[in-house]
Amino acid sequence: MTDVTDLGVAAIRDGIRTKAFSAREVADAFIVKVSKAKALNAFIVETPDHAIAAAKAADDAVAAGETLKPLAGVPIGMKDLFCTKGVQTTAASHMLEGFIPQYESTVSRHLWEAGAGMLGKLNLDQFAMGSSNETSYFGNVISPWRRGGGDNAALAPGGSSGGSSTAIAARLCPAATGTDTGGSIRQPAAFTGISGIKPTYGRCSRWGVVAFASSLDQAGPMAHDVKDCAIMLEAMAGFDPKDATSLDLPVPKWEAGLNSDMRGKKIGIPKEYRVDNMPAEIDALWQQGIDWMKDAGAEIVEVSLPHTKYALPAYYIIAPAECSSNLARYDGVRYGLRDLPEGANLQEMYAATRAAGFGDEVKRRIMIGTYVLSAGFYDAYYTQAQKVRTLIARDFESAWMACDYLLTPTAPSAAFALGEKSADPLAMYLNDVFTVPSSLAGLPAMSVPGGLDKNGLPLGLQIIGKPLDEQGVLNAGLAIEQRAGFTARPEAWW
Amino acid sequence: MSVDQNIVRKVASLARIAITDEEAERLTPELNNILGWVEQLGEVDTSSVEPMTAVIPNTLRLRDDVVTEGDQRDAVLANAPQGEHGFFTVPKVVE
Repeated sequence: MTDVTDLGVAAIRDGIRTKAFSAREVADAFIVKVSKAKALNAFIVETPDHAIAAAKAADDAVAAGETLKPLAGVPIGMKDLFCTKGVQTTAASHMLEGFIPQYESTVSRHLWEAGAGMLGKLNLDQFAMGSSNETSYFGNVISPWRRGGGDNAALAPGGSSGGSSTAIAARLCPAATGTDTGGSIRQPAAFTGISGIKPTYGRCSRWGVVAFASSLDQAGPMAHDVKDCAIMLEAMAGFDPKDATSLDLPVPKWEAGLNSDMRGKKIGIPKEYRVDNMPAEIDALWQQGIDWMKDAGAEIVEVSLPHTKYALPAYYIIAPAECSSNLARYDGVRYGLRDLPEGANLQEMYAATRAAGFGDEVKRRIMIGTYVLSAGFYDAYYTQAQKVRTLIARDFESAWMACDYLLTPTAPSAAFALGEKSADPLAMYLNDVFTVPSSLAGLPAMSVPGGLDKNGLPLGLQIIGKPLDEQGVLNAGLAIEQRAGFTARPEAWW
Repeated sequence: MSVDQNIVRKVASLARIAITDEEAERLTPELNNILGWVEQLGEVDTSSVEPMTAVIPNTLRLRDDVVTEGDQRDAVLANAPQGEHGFFTVPKVVE
């Protein structure tokens, strides 16, 4: 008997259709796995009833001989940044503890309409601000991976979508939603040996997603492989009149369009991504990826993205600026926490509420954002950063004259231990060095597992594509996936 | 440009976040560290560059000027920390 929790989205979908197993069996198996994995702290809330209801609908449709919905009976994890009607949505903050949305985010609605069920709400960095899942009010998420040689140090699952990456890698769900502002889908995917894609900005509606930095925030799927990402993204994407930046374009048939033949394609290798002090193993994996692309028929060309070194500092002006503006809504009046000290006036209530409700990293970013937007500094910081952002986008536009996709490492290291970088905000920010530039330019980009480092920890390769060319990104990812043959899994200790 | 504890307190006040003296003391070097690092953007020549306003060229849509959602008072108030008689309530602001 197959253990259905070993299966991915496509295999579960197809197995339910061919009656190899029932959707209820699938839901029950994952619900048990979730309930036994408390040590990983991947879920903030478990919602077995939701998954069972979707399974029942799928099994009823099978019994009635109806055409099944695209994700009928597939149970997934939902990052706790997506508002889910009637189910607590916290953004992993104390500020929103107990918040019960009265509406459904567009992305989650799309998934339920496609027949998927929800196993629970996944932990994350608080308000999606972090790269290690150590800023959650509900505790750190622990990666299921451990270094070899009896080293039991708790490792970071990446962030901000760390609950998503851990839950998939530990086989608690076959796929999950993520959101990516500067790398929050791709870096956790790389750290845990799974795949994840951030589509072009505007593909997935931001409506009902707790806002961090609105010009960068973009939802996307995380799953075991490229095909599962394609299936999930097809369900999640689509025009939404409720999001002013939503792209009014049809959703391509990405799964049907998968094709790993890279003949006639040019893969750009950006020379500025060879950063100082990069571990030799990352460099070696990058070279391996280049060789795999050649094997798939692609031509390799060196390209230059001269403003790469300014991407991170620009990001750490723009993202905090947008965050300070977006998070002004948490005022203790309309929803969320209220802290009203004895005798406090309205202004004092705001300040007390926000002091009590936000974690340290969130406060730090709000303060940076408030400072760079304040009178006298706006042009020097914010306007200058937005101009540099234009230059970064132009770099990519020039690169597209010479190549179809870019291939880079996803992160500058394998997963680090919890606590290793949390004392130094700047060291943590540098983790996003390879993922931030494509976020600033709004480009589709994905991470696929490439191999293991000397400690047995996963490393990821990133493919960046032209605007709207998710198909090309998925195809290049598939070419790597087929050659990497990545089958390593964390040994269950939890 | 570097910030001192007075500026940190001013920024916290603008951001409506209450901070203690210890927090102001701790935040000052942290913010200076980050601000010192982002300042390298100043070395980029942007004299002939427009600031980016949209990552993907997209025209803002207009919809018909009609009510699309309404009569949801109770849903709007459902998560209010304090609501009375169909309103959000706050500490007295007018003496």
